[in-house]
Amino acid sequence: MDIRRRRILQLLGLSAAALTVKPVYDALAADPGAARPKLGPGREQLRAKQWVMVIDTRRFASEADVEPLIEACHRIHNVPRFELKRWEIKWIWATEYKHAFSGTSSDRFLAAAVEKRPFLVLCNQCENPPCVRACPTQATFKREDGIVMMDFHRCIGCRFCMAACPFGARSFNYTDPRPYLKHTNKLFPTRMKGVVEKCSFCAERLAEGKRPACVEAAGGKIAFGDLYDPSSEAHQWIRKNYTLRRKVNLGTEPAVYYIV
Amino acid sequence: MKDKRWIVTGLVVFLLIVLFPFWYNRGRAVPPPEVKLTEKAKAEKECVLSRDYMKAEHMQILDLWRETVVREGNRIYTNPKGREFVMSLSNTCLDCHANKAEFCDKCHNYASVRPYCWDCHIENPKEAR
Repeated sequence: MDIRRRRILQLLGLSAAALTVKPVYDALAADPGAARPKLGPGREQLRAKQWVMVIDTRRFASEADVEPLIEACHRIHNVPRFELKRWEIKWIWATEYKHAFSGTSSDRFLAAAVEKRPFLVLCNQCENPPCVRACPTQATFKREDGIVMMDFHRCIGCRFCMAACPFGARSFNYTDPRPYLKHTNKLFPTRMKGVVEKCSFCAERLAEGKRPACVEAAGGKIAFGDLYDPSSEAHQWIRKNYTLRRKVNLGTEPAVYYIV
Repeated sequence: MKDKRWIVTGLVVFLLIVLFPFWYNRGRAVPPPEVKLTEKAKAEKECVLSRDYMKAEHMQILDLWRETVVREGNRIYTNPKGREFVMSLSNTCLDCHANKAEFCDKCHNYASVRPYCWDCHIENPKEAR
């Protein structure tokens, strides 16, 4: 049988085209209205453009005032307590004025009350976060509501973010934290060896319509709200009082304000 | 080629050792694992999606959930039947499948899969809450 090259090519092309008929038909015949799973936020989700915290430090006189807040946070987030200082993990802790605001104020002599007062410090959820830029895997990222979030699944433990953070707000898990937990909150995961962790403004609580644990435990001594919403309590506190933020000269725009 | 004897002997010994597991286990098949459902899971009849889909593709769903919850901050999954689920491994999946050892681990061990979910996620939220 004599068959020409052109004919063979035509047949080949036709066969190839015929093979695509079924997939194309299936795709077009699929019911566009067919139910597909939907992903969305919960009904109670709290929203903001930039969450901020305003801490009224005048109302925290001693360790006893701050301890319950720290405990509330560390308990629900399964933050372990290490005897060894090098392994220490902290999401929120208390420090003195001279450490919290070093370089910010050149006062040699402070008001005695301020000098002794405990200042709660935590991740500042900066508007311009250096840790996010340092992270090579985008494990830490800025959410739409301003929270600087950690994705522990992606963290490779390089600790660039810890070097980048000017506030020391990040801790590294040098060992498996589980054996060092006194209580475990079964509703929240723990971390594993080799990841960095920090405060997340209780993103998991905001999703359920609750305010952060420390704010709740503070009983009105800390305001929490949207920086850009004039009706929010936090915004009003900032407008009414003289506030300080930590290391503003670095340009990270911290979102934790202190009334002194 | 004067070492032919030794080379062949060596090859035979090598093959015997390498193929040992095959002839040792010949004719015997390890029975596939049977997962146990808790009473609660049985009563539900269907998981988030169909049973076949969950059997084969549950890891895809878990990956989607993780991505959506952590990165997008969305926590509610509505399945095609309109039922809502909070996307959480420890609190939703393990709420029904509270018997991790006899559900998750059975198959994972059989297939020699070692997911690292449990390094952080707590195994059984029901127990001693």
